Amino acid sequence: MRTQLLAAGPGFEAPGPADFEFPPLFTVAGFEFTKPMLIVVLGTIAVAAFFYVAARNPKLIPGKLQFAGEAAYGFIRNSVVLDAIGAKNGKKFVPYIATLFFFIAALNISGIIPILQFPATSKIAIPAFLAVISWVIYNAVGIRRQGFVGYFKNMMFPPGLPWPIYILLAPLEFFSTFVIRPFTLALRLAMNMFAGHLVLLLCILGGEYMLTEGTGALPFLSWVGFLGGIVLTFFEGFIQILQAYVFALLSAIYIAGAMEAEH
Amino acid sequence: MEGNLNMVGYGLAAIGPGIGVGLIFAAYIAGVARQPEARGTLQGIAILGFALAEALAIIGIGLAFAL
Repeated sequence: MRTQLLAAGPGFEAPGPADFEFPPLFTVAGFEFTKPMLIVVLGTIAVAAFFYVAARNPKLIPGKLQFAGEAAYGFIRNSVVLDAIGAKNGKKFVPYIATLFFFIAALNISGIIPILQFPATSKIAIPAFLAVISWVIYNAVGIRRQGFVGYFKNMMFPPGLPWPIYILLAPLEFFSTFVIRPFTLALRLAMNMFAGHLVLLLCILGGEYMLTEGTGALPFLSWVGFLGGIVLTFFEGFIQILQAYVFALLSAIYIAGAMEAEH
Repeated sequence: MEGNLNMVGYGLAAIGPGIGVGLIFAAYIAGVARQPEARGTLQGIAILGFALAEALAIIGIGLAFAL
Protein backbone atom coordinates (compact mmCIF):
# COMPACT_ATOMS: atom_id res chain seq x y z
CA MET A 1 0.00 0.00 0.00
CA ARG A 2 1.62 3.19 -1.18
CA THR A 3 0.35 6.32 0.50
CA GLN A 4 1.10 9.96 0.07
CA LEU A 5 2.61 10.93 3.44
CA LEU A 6 3.62 14.49 2.64
CA ALA A 7 3.31 16.82 -0.31
CA ALA A 8 5.18 15.43 -3.30
CA GLY A 9 8.66 16.88 -3.77
CA PRO A 10 10.84 16.57 -6.86
CA GLY A 11 10.94 12.90 -7.64
CA PHE A 12 13.50 10.83 -5.76
CA GLU A 13 12.78 7.26 -6.73
CA ALA A 14 13.33 5.31 -3.52
CA PRO A 15 14.96 1.89 -4.03
CA GLY A 16 12.53 -0.98 -3.68
CA PRO A 17 12.02 -4.63 -4.57
CA ALA A 18 12.29 -3.66 -8.25
CA ASP A 19 16.06 -3.18 -7.76
CA PHE A 20 16.38 -6.93 -7.22
CA GLU A 21 15.20 -7.78 -10.72
CA PHE A 22 17.95 -8.03 -13.32
CA PRO A 23 17.68 -8.22 -17.07
CA PRO A 24 19.28 -11.42 -18.41
CA LEU A 25 22.96 -11.10 -19.33
CA PHE A 26 22.49 -13.61 -22.14
CA THR A 27 19.95 -16.23 -23.12
CA VAL A 28 20.77 -19.83 -23.97
CA ALA A 29 17.84 -21.70 -25.54
CA GLY A 30 15.23 -19.75 -23.61
CA PHE A 31 17.22 -20.03 -20.37
CA GLU A 32 17.96 -16.56 -19.05
CA PHE A 33 21.31 -16.19 -17.34
CA THR A 34 21.15 -13.29 -14.86
CA LYS A 35 23.59 -11.52 -12.57
CA PRO A 36 22.63 -13.49 -9.40
CA MET A 37 23.33 -16.72 -11.29
CA LEU A 38 26.70 -15.37 -12.37
CA ILE A 39 27.46 -14.58 -8.72
CA VAL A 40 26.49 -18.12 -7.67
CA VAL A 41 28.86 -19.57 -10.29
CA LEU A 42 31.70 -17.20 -9.35
CA GLY A 43 31.16 -17.83 -5.63
CA THR A 44 31.27 -21.60 -6.11
CA ILE A 45 34.46 -21.32 -8.15
CA ALA A 46 36.05 -18.96 -5.61
CA VAL A 47 35.33 -21.22 -2.63
CA ALA A 48 36.40 -24.38 -4.44
CA ALA A 49 39.58 -22.75 -5.78
CA PHE A 50 40.53 -21.37 -2.37
CA PHE A 51 40.28 -24.71 -0.62
CA TYR A 52 41.84 -26.59 -3.52
CA VAL A 53 44.88 -24.32 -3.57
CA ALA A 54 45.10 -24.26 0.24
CA ALA A 55 45.07 -28.07 0.49
CA ARG A 56 46.86 -28.98 -2.76
CA ASN A 57 50.32 -29.28 -1.34
CA PRO A 58 50.00 -29.72 2.43
CA LYS A 59 53.13 -29.31 4.49
CA LEU A 60 53.85 -30.01 8.13
CA ILE A 61 54.73 -26.37 8.61
CA PRO A 62 51.87 -24.62 6.80
CA GLY A 63 52.41 -21.70 4.48
CA LYS A 64 50.22 -18.62 4.58
CA LEU A 65 47.49 -19.98 2.34
CA GLN A 66 47.41 -23.41 3.93
CA PHE A 67 47.21 -21.77 7.33
CA ALA A 68 44.29 -19.60 6.23
CA GLY A 69 42.43 -22.59 4.83
CA GLU A 70 43.07 -24.68 7.92
CA ALA A 71 42.07 -21.88 10.28
CA ALA A 72 38.81 -21.25 8.39
CA TYR A 73 37.91 -24.93 8.16
CA GLY A 74 39.04 -25.60 11.73
CA PHE A 75 36.82 -22.84 13.06
CA ILE A 76 33.71 -24.37 11.51
CA ARG A 77 34.79 -27.87 12.49
CA ASN A 78 35.58 -27.15 16.14
CA SER A 79 33.44 -24.28 17.29
CA VAL A 80 30.33 -24.90 15.18
CA VAL A 81 29.89 -28.58 14.32
CA LEU A 82 31.74 -30.45 17.06
CA ASP A 83 30.44 -28.06 19.72
CA ALA A 84 26.83 -28.36 18.61
CA ILE A 85 26.59 -32.04 17.64
CA GLY A 86 29.32 -33.51 19.81
CA ALA A 87 32.76 -34.87 18.99
CA LYS A 88 31.53 -38.45 18.48
CA ASN A 89 28.65 -37.93 16.05
CA GLY A 90 29.61 -34.61 14.56
CA LYS A 91 32.53 -35.62 12.36
CA LYS A 92 30.54 -36.78 9.35
CA PHE A 93 28.55 -33.55 9.21
CA VAL A 94 31.63 -31.30 9.13
CA PRO A 95 31.92 -31.29 5.30
CA TYR A 96 28.27 -30.35 4.81
CA ILE A 97 28.20 -27.56 7.41
CA ALA A 98 31.55 -26.16 6.26
CA THR A 99 30.39 -26.14 2.62
CA LEU A 100 27.17 -24.45 3.69
CA PHE A 101 29.02 -21.77 5.63
CA PHE A 102 31.60 -20.89 2.98
CA PHE A 103 29.12 -21.01 0.11
CA ILE A 104 26.69 -18.69 1.90
CA ALA A 105 29.50 -16.43 3.10
CA ALA A 106 30.86 -16.09 -0.45
CA LEU A 107 27.43 -15.26 -1.88
CA ASN A 108 26.72 -12.80 0.94
CA ILE A 109 30.07 -11.05 0.69
CA SER A 110 29.49 -10.44 -3.02
CA GLY A 111 27.08 -7.77 -1.79
CA ILE A 112 29.99 -5.49 -0.85
CA ILE A 113 32.52 -6.53 -3.49
CA PRO A 114 32.87 -3.76 -6.10
CA ILE A 115 31.39 -4.52 -9.54
CA LEU A 116 29.42 -7.55 -8.26
CA GLN A 117 27.66 -5.55 -5.53
CA PHE A 118 24.70 -7.81 -5.15
CA PRO A 119 24.18 -10.41 -2.42
CA ALA A 120 22.92 -13.39 -4.42
CA THR A 121 21.36 -14.85 -1.27
CA SER A 122 18.81 -12.02 -1.23
CA LYS A 123 17.05 -13.98 -3.97
CA ILE A 124 14.79 -16.28 -1.96
CA ALA A 125 15.41 -19.33 -4.20
CA ILE A 126 19.01 -19.87 -3.05
CA PRO A 127 18.45 -19.84 0.74
CA ALA A 128 15.19 -21.74 0.23
CA PHE A 129 16.98 -24.55 -1.55
CA LEU A 130 19.75 -24.66 1.07
CA ALA A 131 17.10 -24.76 3.80
CA VAL A 132 15.38 -27.68 2.06
CA ILE A 133 18.68 -29.59 2.01
CA SER A 134 19.17 -28.95 5.73
CA TRP A 135 15.54 -29.94 6.39
CA VAL A 136 15.93 -33.24 4.54
CA ILE A 137 19.21 -33.98 6.34
CA TYR A 138 17.99 -33.39 9.89
CA ASN A 139 14.78 -35.31 9.34
CA ALA A 140 16.65 -38.19 7.69
CA VAL A 141 19.12 -38.27 10.57
CA GLY A 142 16.30 -38.27 13.12
CA ILE A 143 14.35 -41.04 11.38
CA ARG A 144 17.48 -43.14 10.92
CA ARG A 145 18.49 -42.75 14.56
CA GLN A 146 15.15 -43.26 16.27
CA GLY A 147 12.95 -44.94 13.67
CA PHE A 148 10.02 -43.27 11.98
CA VAL A 149 7.59 -43.61 14.90
CA GLY A 150 10.22 -42.96 17.54
CA TYR A 151 11.37 -39.76 15.87
CA PHE A 152 7.87 -38.32 15.67
CA LYS A 153 7.07 -39.47 19.18
CA ASN A 154 10.18 -37.89 20.67
CA MET A 155 9.69 -34.72 18.73
CA MET A 156 5.98 -34.17 19.38
CA PHE A 157 5.73 -35.70 22.86
CA PRO A 158 8.80 -34.71 24.87
CA PRO A 159 8.68 -37.00 27.93
CA GLY A 160 8.13 -35.86 31.50
CA LEU A 161 5.07 -33.66 31.13
CA PRO A 162 1.49 -34.13 32.39
CA TRP A 163 -0.63 -35.47 29.51
CA PRO A 164 -3.07 -32.53 29.04
CA ILE A 165 -0.11 -30.38 28.00
CA TYR A 166 0.41 -32.57 24.94
CA ILE A 167 -2.91 -31.47 23.43
CA LEU A 168 -1.39 -28.03 23.09
CA LEU A 169 2.25 -28.96 22.69
CA ALA A 170 2.17 -31.73 20.08
CA PRO A 171 0.71 -29.70 17.18
CA LEU A 172 2.90 -26.77 18.14
CA GLU A 173 6.08 -28.85 18.11
CA PHE A 174 5.07 -30.51 14.85
CA PHE A 175 4.39 -27.15 13.21
CA SER A 176 7.61 -25.68 14.58
CA THR A 177 9.86 -28.51 13.38
CA PHE A 178 8.41 -29.11 9.93
CA VAL A 179 7.18 -25.70 8.83
CA ILE A 180 8.65 -22.88 10.90
CA ARG A 181 12.25 -24.13 10.98
CA PRO A 182 12.98 -24.41 7.24
CA PHE A 183 10.78 -21.40 6.52
CA THR A 184 12.60 -19.08 8.92
CA LEU A 185 16.00 -20.54 8.00
CA ALA A 186 15.49 -19.45 4.41
CA LEU A 187 13.62 -16.24 5.12
CA ARG A 188 16.09 -14.99 7.75
CA LEU A 189 19.02 -15.15 5.37
CA ALA A 190 17.14 -13.78 2.36
CA MET A 191 15.48 -10.93 4.23
CA ASN A 192 18.67 -9.91 6.07
CA MET A 193 20.50 -9.63 2.77
CA PHE A 194 17.51 -7.97 1.14
CA ALA A 195 17.17 -5.33 3.85
CA GLY A 196 20.93 -4.74 4.00
CA HIS A 197 21.21 -4.24 0.25
CA LEU A 198 18.21 -1.92 0.30
CA VAL A 199 19.74 0.23 3.04
CA LEU A 200 23.02 0.51 1.13
CA LEU A 201 21.15 1.48 -2.04
CA LEU A 202 19.14 4.06 -0.12
CA CYS A 203 22.24 5.71 1.38
CA ILE A 204 24.27 5.82 -1.82
CA LEU A 205 21.49 6.65 -4.28
CA GLY A 206 20.10 9.20 -1.81
CA GLY A 207 23.51 10.83 -1.45
CA GLU A 208 23.95 10.90 -5.20
CA TYR A 209 20.51 12.40 -5.70
CA MET A 210 21.15 15.12 -3.12
CA LEU A 211 24.49 15.97 -4.74
CA THR A 212 23.37 16.08 -8.35
CA GLU A 213 19.73 17.16 -8.27
CA GLY A 214 19.10 18.58 -4.80
CA THR A 215 18.17 22.21 -4.34
CA GLY A 216 19.17 24.70 -1.64
CA ALA A 217 21.35 23.18 1.09
CA LEU A 218 20.89 19.57 -0.12
CA PRO A 219 24.12 19.27 -2.21
CA PHE A 220 26.15 20.34 0.82
CA LEU A 221 24.48 17.71 2.96
CA SER A 222 25.01 14.84 0.53
CA TRP A 223 28.12 13.71 2.42
CA VAL A 224 25.76 12.43 5.13
CA GLY A 225 24.37 9.90 2.67
CA PHE A 226 27.80 8.84 1.42
CA LEU A 227 29.19 8.57 4.96
CA GLY A 228 26.21 6.41 5.88
CA GLY A 229 26.95 4.27 2.83
CA ILE A 230 30.60 3.77 3.84
CA VAL A 231 29.82 2.96 7.48
CA LEU A 232 26.98 0.62 6.54
CA THR A 233 29.21 -1.20 4.05
CA PHE A 234 31.44 -2.30 6.91
CA PHE A 235 28.40 -3.13 9.01
CA GLU A 236 27.01 -5.18 6.12
CA GLY A 237 30.26 -7.10 5.85
CA PHE A 238 29.89 -8.07 9.50
CA ILE A 239 26.21 -8.99 9.11
CA GLN A 240 26.95 -11.10 6.03
CA ILE A 241 29.50 -13.25 7.84
CA LEU A 242 27.24 -13.43 10.89
CA GLN A 243 24.25 -14.64 8.86
CA ALA A 244 26.31 -17.36 7.19
CA TYR A 245 27.45 -18.40 10.68
CA VAL A 246 23.88 -18.39 12.00
CA PHE A 247 22.66 -20.52 9.08
CA ALA A 248 25.44 -23.06 9.57
CA LEU A 249 25.08 -23.14 13.37
CA LEU A 250 21.29 -23.54 13.23
CA SER A 251 21.63 -26.38 10.72
CA ALA A 252 24.07 -28.06 13.10
CA ILE A 253 21.77 -27.50 16.09
CA TYR A 254 18.78 -28.94 14.21
CA ILE A 255 20.81 -32.02 13.26
CA ALA A 256 21.92 -32.37 16.88
CA GLY A 257 18.32 -32.03 18.06
CA ALA A 258 17.15 -34.77 15.70
CA MET A 259 19.89 -37.09 16.97
CA GLU A 260 19.10 -36.85 20.63
CA ALA A 261 16.62 -39.40 21.90
CA GLU A 262 15.18 -36.94 24.40
CA HIS A 263 14.82 -33.19 24.42
CA MET B 1 7.26 12.83 0.01
CA GLU B 2 5.94 9.43 -0.82
CA GLY B 3 6.19 6.63 1.62
CA ASN B 4 4.92 3.24 2.47
CA LEU B 5 2.78 2.75 5.55
CA ASN B 6 3.83 -0.90 5.66
CA MET B 7 7.30 0.23 6.71
CA VAL B 8 5.90 2.23 9.63
CA GLY B 9 3.99 -0.88 10.63
CA TYR B 10 7.14 -2.96 10.32
CA GLY B 11 8.98 -0.49 12.53
CA LEU B 12 6.33 -0.92 15.20
CA ALA B 13 6.33 -4.70 14.77
CA ALA B 14 10.12 -4.86 15.18
CA ILE B 15 9.94 -3.41 18.72
CA GLY B 16 8.87 -6.72 20.23
CA PRO B 17 11.56 -8.95 18.67
CA GLY B 18 14.09 -6.18 19.37
CA ILE B 19 13.34 -6.31 23.09
CA GLY B 20 13.37 -10.11 22.96
CA VAL B 21 16.77 -10.28 21.26
CA GLY B 22 18.13 -7.79 23.81
CA LEU B 23 16.88 -9.89 26.72
CA ILE B 24 18.31 -13.10 25.25
CA PHE B 25 21.79 -11.67 24.78
CA ALA B 26 21.67 -9.94 28.16
CA ALA B 27 20.99 -13.32 29.75
CA TYR B 28 23.75 -14.93 27.66
CA ILE B 29 26.32 -12.31 28.65
CA ALA B 30 25.35 -12.60 32.30
CA GLY B 31 25.60 -16.38 32.08
CA VAL B 32 29.07 -16.29 30.52
CA ALA B 33 30.23 -13.70 33.05
CA ARG B 34 29.17 -15.91 35.93
CA GLN B 35 30.46 -19.13 34.47
CA PRO B 36 32.95 -18.62 31.64
CA GLU B 37 33.50 -22.34 31.12
CA ALA B 38 29.83 -22.78 30.11
CA ARG B 39 30.34 -20.54 27.10
CA GLY B 40 30.17 -23.29 24.46
CA THR B 41 26.88 -24.67 25.77
CA LEU B 42 25.33 -21.26 26.27
CA GLN B 43 26.32 -20.04 22.81
CA GLY B 44 24.19 -22.62 21.02
CA ILE B 45 21.19 -21.91 23.22
CA ALA B 46 21.62 -18.15 22.83
CA ILE B 47 21.84 -18.32 19.03
CA LEU B 48 18.82 -20.63 18.93
CA GLY B 49 16.78 -18.26 21.09
CA PHE B 50 17.99 -15.30 19.06
CA ALA B 51 16.96 -17.06 15.85
CA LEU B 52 13.48 -17.83 17.20
CA ALA B 53 12.92 -14.24 18.35
CA GLU B 54 14.35 -12.81 15.16
CA ALA B 55 12.08 -15.01 13.05
CA LEU B 56 9.18 -12.75 14.06
CA ALA B 57 10.94 -9.63 12.81
CA ILE B 58 11.96 -11.44 9.61
CA ILE B 59 8.40 -12.57 8.93
CA GLY B 60 7.39 -8.96 9.54
CA ILE B 61 9.74 -7.53 6.92
CA GLY B 62 8.80 -10.26 4.47
CA LEU B 63 5.13 -9.43 4.82
CA ALA B 64 5.80 -5.69 4.71
CA PHE B 65 7.09 -6.14 1.16
CA ALA B 66 4.68 -8.85 0.12
CA LEU B 67 1.35 -7.35 1.23
